[in-house]
Amino acid sequence: MSKQIKAVALISGGLDSMLAAQTVMQQGVHVEGINFFTGFCVEGHTHAIRKKDKAKPKRNNSLWVAEQLGMKLHIVDIIEEYKDVLINPKHGYGANMNPCLDCKIFMVNKAKQWIQENDFDFIITGEVMGQRPMSQRKETMPIVARESGADDLLLRPLCAKNLPITKPEREGWVNRELLHDFSGRSRKPQMALADEFGFEDYAQPAGGCCFLTDESYSKKLVDLWETRGDKDYDLDDVMLLKVGRHIRPNPRFKIMVAREEGEARFMTGYKKTFINMNCSTHRGPLALLVGEPNEDDIKLAAQILARYGQGRETEDVGVEVRLLNGEILQINVKPLLATEIPQAWFI
Amino acid sequence: MNLHKLDARRLLCPLPVIRTQDKVKQLQTGDELEVTSTDPGVMQDIPTWCRINGHQILETQQQNNDYIIRLKVGE
Repeated sequence: MSKQIKAVALISGGLDSMLAAQTVMQQGVHVEGINFFTGFCVEGHTHAIRKKDKAKPKRNNSLWVAEQLGMKLHIVDIIEEYKDVLINPKHGYGANMNPCLDCKIFMVNKAKQWIQENDFDFIITGEVMGQRPMSQRKETMPIVARESGADDLLLRPLCAKNLPITKPEREGWVNRELLHDFSGRSRKPQMALADEFGFEDYAQPAGGCCFLTDESYSKKLVDLWETRGDKDYDLDDVMLLKVGRHIRPNPRFKIMVAREEGEARFMTGYKKTFINMNCSTHRGPLALLVGEPNEDDIKLAAQILARYGQGRETEDVGVEVRLLNGEILQINVKPLLATEIPQAWFI
Repeated sequence: MNLHKLDARRLLCPLPVIRTQDKVKQLQTGDELEVTSTDPGVMQDIPTWCRINGHQILETQQQNNDYIIRLKVGE
C-alpha cells in the first residue's frame, strides 16, 4: 500500500489559498491548513471592535475556509518571532510598513519546519505570479522558495505551470497538468475556478490581509517607534494602533479618542495602563493619553476631547481625568474648534 | 475525566482560539475544558475550531461580558 502523501497549505482565509488547497486535495493528497497570526492580521473581530462593521459576519476566515474544505487548521502564534521580520526586513518594505517578501519567506520557512516536525511531504501556497507587487513577482517567487529553505517542496498550484517543476510534481504526488497557470492581477481565473469548485461565499480582502499594508496604520506605527525611540512593541501596542483617532500635539504624548461605542469598550480595558478622561458634563467619548503629558498637556488633551463630545458648541465642558496614581481631576475647558486642531497633529 | 479551565479574557480572536488549541494539546481525550473569553467572536470560532479538529462543544453561555464555552477533547 502506497504512503498517503500529506501537504500543509498556508491558509490566509482569502480565496487564493482556499483554491490552492482544494486543487491539491482533489488530487488525493491529504491537506491540512496552517495559519500564522502576526498580530497585524486584518481580522474580522478586530474590525468588529468598531460598531460600523457590526453587519459583517464575526468569523475567522481561515477557520471558515478550513471547515468548507473539510480540513484541519493549525493556527500558530508568531507574534514574538515576527518582530524581527518587521523591524529588520532584509528585502525592505513595500509601499507602507509591509515587509511582504520577508514575511512570505518567514512563513514558508515556518511551514517547512512544521512539515519536518509533523512528517508531511510538501507545502502549498496560494501565490499567483504577478498578483502582488512585492512578494508575488516572477523575480521574487524563487527567492521565497530559496531563502525559506523550502526549495522544491514549495508548490504554488495556481501558477505552477509558470514555474519550474517541483518535487511533488516530479515524484508524481500531484499531476502538473491539473495545476494552473494563473498570472497577473486579474481575479477572473480565480473567480472561474471558485465557480468550478462550487464556492459561492469567500472572503475578498480588498486591501490585503495585513494592517501593515495600510497607510494610516503604518504612520501610527512609525510614530510609535519614533516617539518611543525604540522599535520594540508588544501586542497591546499593535492592537491600540487599530482603534481610535490618534492625535499628537507634541512629542510628549498623544491622545487616542474613541470614535464609537465599540472602540470605547475596547479602550476601557486600558484605563489602568494610561491616563484617561471623558466629559463629565456632556456625552462624549473616552480618551487615553499615551506618553508622559505634563499639566498643560492634560488640559490641552481635555480641550481636544471636548471637541468630540456633545458639548463642542459650548464654552465650558467638564472633563474627568483619571491619573495613574488613582487621583481623579475635575477640570473645565473650552473645547477646541475644528480649525484649532492642526491637521499635522493627526497621525 | 478532568475539568480544566482557560482564562482568555481581554484577548481578541484568533488568540482565544490559539490558546484553546495549545491547551487542548496538553489534555487527554475525554477531558473537558472551560474557556472564558470577552470576545464574542469565540462563540463562532471555538465551535468551528472544535468541529474541524474533532472536539465536542458541550455548552456555550454568556455571563455579563464573559463568553464561556465548555468543550470535550476528542481523539
